[in-house]
Amino acid sequence: MKKIMLAAASCALIAVAGVAWAAAGPTDPQIAHIAHTAGVIDIKAGKLALKKSHNKEVLAFAQEMVRDHEAVDKQALALVAKLKVTPQDNATSQSLMKGADAEYAKLEKLSGKAFDREYAANEVAYHKTVNGALETVLIPSAHNAELKSLLETGLKLFQSHQEHAEHLAHELH
Amino acid sequence: MSFTNLRGLAAVVAVIGSGALAACSAPSHPAPKTYVVTMTNMDFSPKTLTANVGDTVQWVNKDIFRHSATAKDGSFDVDIDVGQSGSYKLTKPGNLQVVCKYHPTMTQQILVNP
Repeated sequence: MKKIMLAAASCALIAVAGVAWAAAGPTDPQIAHIAHTAGVIDIKAGKLALKKSHNKEVLAFAQEMVRDHEAVDKQALALVAKLKVTPQDNATSQSLMKGADAEYAKLEKLSGKAFDREYAANEVAYHKTVNGALETVLIPSAHNAELKSLLETGLKLFQSHQEHAEHLAHELH
Repeated sequence: MSFTNLRGLAAVVAVIGSGALAACSAPSHPAPKTYVVTMTNMDFSPKTLTANVGDTVQWVNKDIFRHSATAKDGSFDVDIDVGQSGSYKLTKPGNLQVVCKYHPTMTQQILVNP
């Protein structure tokens, strides 16, 4: 009986990047903050790759990440301004940022092939995490139709990035 | 004008005449068309297209991301920035698999008839 109750309790929680949310999930201002944070993290990693890598494929991929994530972020910021929504910091954003800071510090110490491989492997893992969050929590929890639509476009984009990153990681091994 | 020149002129007129006749009697081939493909929400629309050799495909990027229309067989690679368009004239029959080189989940198929 205790096991059943525990299982029921866990079903009432949904997790994003290791952070559990109540069944209602994050609010729109929190979702906007998570989406913005996720974009900023990948732009920063892409810019580091552009500075450190000498591999043509890695550089092309990093350029794509910076360009696409900046485009989504610009669109997202324009939307929140239009909706008069202030993105609200939250535990998921903080958890994503903490993980990203650790990864950034690790990448900064690497060079050459070791850097390229770690960057590509992290891009695969990172996009998997963000895509999982978008699919299972962020999109279903979004209330505003325009925000939901932008997140859906974002999911298609990030799925494409994940496939590209997987191809890159494979090529580097 | 000499007799020889007159014969030459007659021959030229005859050749032109027969060519015009041949053109008139040849089976009519449809006039080349331009097919417009939209790139929006990370996809090609339409996803599949049937066209003829001589037709043109024009891709219009209505997305917020830069895209490309790249043939997997290497026959063309058209880069299309946000809000821009690019085109390619189909030169040979076949079944073309097209992909956005930046976003590999974006795919399109173009069947080109002779």
